[in-house]
Amino acid sequence: MDDLAPTSPERFFSDRFDVTPTLMERLLGGELARRVDDADIYLEYRVNEELVLEENVVKKASRHVSQGAGVRAQAETRTGYAHTDEISLSNLEEAARQARAIADRATASAVVAVPGRGRAHDLYTLAEPPIVTALARKLELLRKVDAAARAADPRVSQVIASLSSEEIVMLIATASGWTIGDVRPLTRLNVTVIAEENGKREIGSWGGGGRVAFDYFLEAERWTRFAAEATRQAVLKLRAVEAPAGTMTVVLGPGWPGILLHEAIGHGLEGDFNRKGVSAFAGRLGQKVASELVTVVDDGTIPNRRGSLNMDDEGTPTGRTVLIENGVLTAYMQDRLNARLMKMTPTGNGRRESYAHPPMPRMTNTFMLAGQDDPDEIIRSVPSGLYAVAFGGGQVDITSGKFVFSASEAYLIEDGRVTAPVKGATLIGNGPDALRRVSRVGHDLALDEGVGTCGKDGQSVPVGVGLPTIRLDGMTVGGTQM
Amino acid sequence: MSGGGPRRDDLLTDVLRRARARGATEADGFLIEEQHFSAAVRLGQVDTVKHSREQRLSLRVFAGKASAAASTSDLSRASLERVVDEATALARVTAEDPHAGLPDPGELIDGMPDLDLEEADAEDLTPEAKIEVARRAEAAALASDPRITNSEGAEYWDRRARYVYATSHGFARGYATTAFGLSVSPVASADGEMQRDYWHTAARHRGALEDPLAVGRTAARRALRRLGARKVKTTEVPVIFDPDTAASLVRSVAGAASGPSLYRRASFLLDRLGTRVAAPSVRIVDDGVLPRALGSRPFDGEGLATRPTVVIGEGVLQSYLLDSYSARKLGLRSTHHASRDGAGVGVATTNLMLEAGPTPPEELIRSVKSGLYVTELIGFGVNGVTGDYSRGAAGQWIDNGELAYPVEEVTVAGNLLQMLAAIEGIGNDLVLRDRTVAPTLLIGRMVVAGN
Repeated sequence: MDDLAPTSPERFFSDRFDVTPTLMERLLGGELARRVDDADIYLEYRVNEELVLEENVVKKASRHVSQGAGVRAQAETRTGYAHTDEISLSNLEEAARQARAIADRATASAVVAVPGRGRAHDLYTLAEPPIVTALARKLELLRKVDAAARAADPRVSQVIASLSSEEIVMLIATASGWTIGDVRPLTRLNVTVIAEENGKREIGSWGGGGRVAFDYFLEAERWTRFAAEATRQAVLKLRAVEAPAGTMTVVLGPGWPGILLHEAIGHGLEGDFNRKGVSAFAGRLGQKVASELVTVVDDGTIPNRRGSLNMDDEGTPTGRTVLIENGVLTAYMQDRLNARLMKMTPTGNGRRESYAHPPMPRMTNTFMLAGQDDPDEIIRSVPSGLYAVAFGGGQVDITSGKFVFSASEAYLIEDGRVTAPVKGATLIGNGPDALRRVSRVGHDLALDEGVGTCGKDGQSVPVGVGLPTIRLDGMTVGGTQM
Repeated sequence: MSGGGPRRDDLLTDVLRRARARGATEADGFLIEEQHFSAAVRLGQVDTVKHSREQRLSLRVFAGKASAAASTSDLSRASLERVVDEATALARVTAEDPHAGLPDPGELIDGMPDLDLEEADAEDLTPEAKIEVARRAEAAALASDPRITNSEGAEYWDRRARYVYATSHGFARGYATTAFGLSVSPVASADGEMQRDYWHTAARHRGALEDPLAVGRTAARRALRRLGARKVKTTEVPVIFDPDTAASLVRSVAGAASGPSLYRRASFLLDRLGTRVAAPSVRIVDDGVLPRALGSRPFDGEGLATRPTVVIGEGVLQSYLLDSYSARKLGLRSTHHASRDGAGVGVATTNLMLEAGPTPPEELIRSVKSGLYVTELIGFGVNGVTGDYSRGAAGQWIDNGELAYPVEEVTVAGNLLQMLAAIEGIGNDLVLRDRTVAPTLLIGRMVVAGN
């Protein structure tokens, strides 16, 4: 596509909108940064393409462009934020005026020191970003996915396959006096299957992707596996039994079940909730909050992952933050504001959904490190319980610490063997308590396929999770079978 | 209500004309312009103040029976031309679909009802005055009890929006709306335990907002009543949903009744039109023409006049919620529920409500010997295909008809069809304070999982 020819973010915004780093820095230095503790100007241009196949044909195709600028000024705990979707000098000046109005009474001028110029990482430079790949190739892939899912089982009645491709060009000028940009590709292939038998219907879903080229889906026949998994899950659920209700031992499989970490502890370790003292984890740094088998990391630097970033949306390089080490709480995830107010270091977790939103501390890729145990042996160790391998969404109440996540593929464990599949069940627990219940950790750490989207305060960002097989003792399972 | 400023309408007309010139057989477009302000305070101090102006033009083009969609927030000439070219190019690679197409021009809205959705003349408050509204609401929460020790803050917001819809057949109509809102999230604590809750008010006219002090006090009361919460033993009991959580059940029903879920065969209401799906006392109505209501709109995303729809009446599923496309696929007629999002046309409800019953909520509680009163639900455990339901819950335990103690870290589970059939009591406490509302509901039996 001509509008996204490879270029630097600096060139992109100066060619298209006549907004140069020099101009942004002047605006910051003059109008904005005086008498504030921190300020930035964020420019974004995003193109998104969505192709959907249903009923054997691609009937839905859409392409969306969004662009805009967000200007932020901060003083002490106060933030002024203004954004506009017409990127022009006069609009930026107006936005700066509005943003600064809030910060006029700043007393300090303690801009957080940031590491030197230049991008710290190069995690997803692609020869051919997915947004520019020819439509014909994408449509062909969707048709093949459809055929594969239908061929996998005669009970398949519907296949919905979608391919989304996105590219974000962003540029940020910070009050520290430097400007840095990034180009972020993202793609995801998703397959949803409805299977029917004797009047019963069930749904199965599988997908994946990341900051990768279109060819990623063709490598190792990934698309075949996505189609097969979605079909297998839908068909399996046709014979699922009622899920049990009550407290029991739960074994989580590797990969996406890492959503447990995201909900049970991840959000609770975001800097804003802890600065405000509203997280169940507030004031617990250095304390034991999990079994000593548990080490949890948030790592935004894994190449090509959905949750990875070269730098966060405040220009801070992403990093690898050990949140829990051998059961002890070691760090919070920080953006610039909360790091400054808590006298900590920004960890590269300041993220925003788009130019229309101010950044907040958010997760990147959050996972538990592998342990020693053989996964099969972990299952054999359970006389009676639940084995959950795939999940839908989850949610947490930060303050009380209560979290839930919903299993989309789970089985009973009877006498150390995996037996009948069960219908969707919700697992519920208490964040500061749940990871104390980890009694076994497998050696099979896997990251998820690249499907996660995290919502907080109305803002959605792509994230990753990961987990080895683990055993949790005494979890509450919300089924209907007593 | 006028059609609004000529410049933007012309922009849309130009875009549609260009689409025709590029080979589209027909096209329609939606233009949204919005201005938004919000002010959040926390512990009496200003936290975040946001100003924004946004615009988005979304376009749908047809090349015969094939279609594609595109949208942009960049309304420059160059960008609009690119959007049109891309959409028409996309329409050439998508497959033909016999059900695709615009509604019949003769069915489009004619006169425009005055729904009073815009507070046009009111003098805007200064940012300082808006901040003060949030500050007063939070202060009322903080002052209401010494156990309210912290706060996630209070937020005041307002929004002005203008919508224009046009088709390549020459139809163009627009309308404007305003909305105002206020929310408070206090934190209560005692004996090392912390509990947060929330209350909000929203309205088309600023004067219709609830009193900020009342919003703050309600939020505080909701947080306080959660202190001392415990888990209960796993059991099967009657469950009462308060109006907010009951509304979430109604949303799930609407999702299953909407066209796209039905033609994909991904709905537990498939093939049930005209059959009993709920207790006979249950009536669910979607009414988009209620004056001043948050969900009202004069026409849907395809220019069809909004009107009341009875989804469930006397427990019988009487209507699905359809746009033109899903209606044609199902061999039915549009119910005028098309919504526009970037990706094209979908289905959305307007003001959706489960109508009030005769019983005061206290009486519903008194009728339960042992059961759960649910005030919060978390998680995504609703399977729209099967109706299987399992969500995290918090609330109060009912013992001998009295709210006895707070409960948390439990789940409530069942199946939506069985739950709808098991509605044994409907409260008389319906208030149209949101887009989707319900009164207190008593469901005969559900499994509550805990210890």
